[in-house]
Amino acid sequence: MNRQNQSHDYDHDHDHGHDRPHGEISQSGRPGYYDVMETAVRELLVKRQLFGPDEIRRQIEVLDSRTPALGAAIVARAWVDPAFRARLLANGRTACEEFGITFYDDTELIVLENTDKVHNLIVCTLCSCYPRPVLGLPPDWYKLKPYRARAVSEPRAVLAEFGTIFPDDVEVRVHDSTAMFRYLVLPRRPEGTEDYSEEQLAGLVTRDTMIGVVPASINSRRTAQ
Amino acid sequence: LEKPRPGPGRYPPLVRSRSFDLATAFEFRGAPVGHYRVPIYLRGKTGSVEAAIEPAAVDNEEEGYGRNAGSKLHYYRVAIPMTEIWPDYVGSPRDGLRIEVFETWLERI
Repeated sequence: MNRQNQSHDYDHDHDHGHDRPHGEISQSGRPGYYDVMETAVRELLVKRQLFGPDEIRRQIEVLDSRTPALGAAIVARAWVDPAFRARLLANGRTACEEFGITFYDDTELIVLENTDKVHNLIVCTLCSCYPRPVLGLPPDWYKLKPYRARAVSEPRAVLAEFGTIFPDDVEVRVHDSTAMFRYLVLPRRPEGTEDYSEEQLAGLVTRDTMIGVVPASINSRRTAQ
Repeated sequence: LEKPRPGPGRYPPLVRSRSFDLATAFEFRGAPVGHYRVPIYLRGKTGSVEAAIEPAAVDNEEEGYGRNAGSKLHYYRVAIPMTEIWPDYVGSPRDGLRIEVFETWLERI
């Protein structure tokens, strides 16, 4: 894409409301091996009528509809409702479903509660397993090899790069999602939030707090996704 | 196959049916061909089974080749100290890892 932008002729007038000219928005280069494989498999499945194009489109819509706001609402409810919190820790999936969040796949959800003695961090070393039904798509760094390798080999160094440092009497517990299970970190409720409403609390719960790279803080604000 | 129970457990360094030592072969040839759900960095390590996960599930690695034949076994939640995985681990000796492992990959010690 960069190469294309560099060779693009900027002299002509786009005249569609931009301050500065830009390259044509296009896919450059040939599709890769796995792009071709995905297209071939998808077309074969459609041809065999195992599912239709509209089902694929609808599933993409479902995936795109999930954002960290869902997980944040779950966390805030767990903070204000001890009975819900207990159900959430006992079975993450059924508690989320009770809350109205549907799961569109066969994965189970294990909710990991941070305490003053244990801090939880989630990773998927083999690929990019992530609690998508409750958080949406993972951030790019979560999918890249440096995070995946380092989260399990030097988690404290990784956490320190996110500004998160714990004394040695706090156990850093890393959870490698590799099978049918997804994890969601239940961060600790920040001090000084006793008067907060459930909605205000949810606003403090960011994506990264539910991955476990940072604690929830009274200064954190979840921006619109 | 005897079912592992909560308590100390050990990951086999290789698929048990193999007769040669893949633990050595890893250094030269990498993992066996295919997508396995037990990462190589945990093969041969010792951990403790914390819980059996219900309900029983099909073996995804066999299912991927159409061979599960409806048989179901359990995933186990396994705890492994970081210092067991990485002899030169930098951090607290309390630090640990949790992972769910299908029971065909577990060997009782």
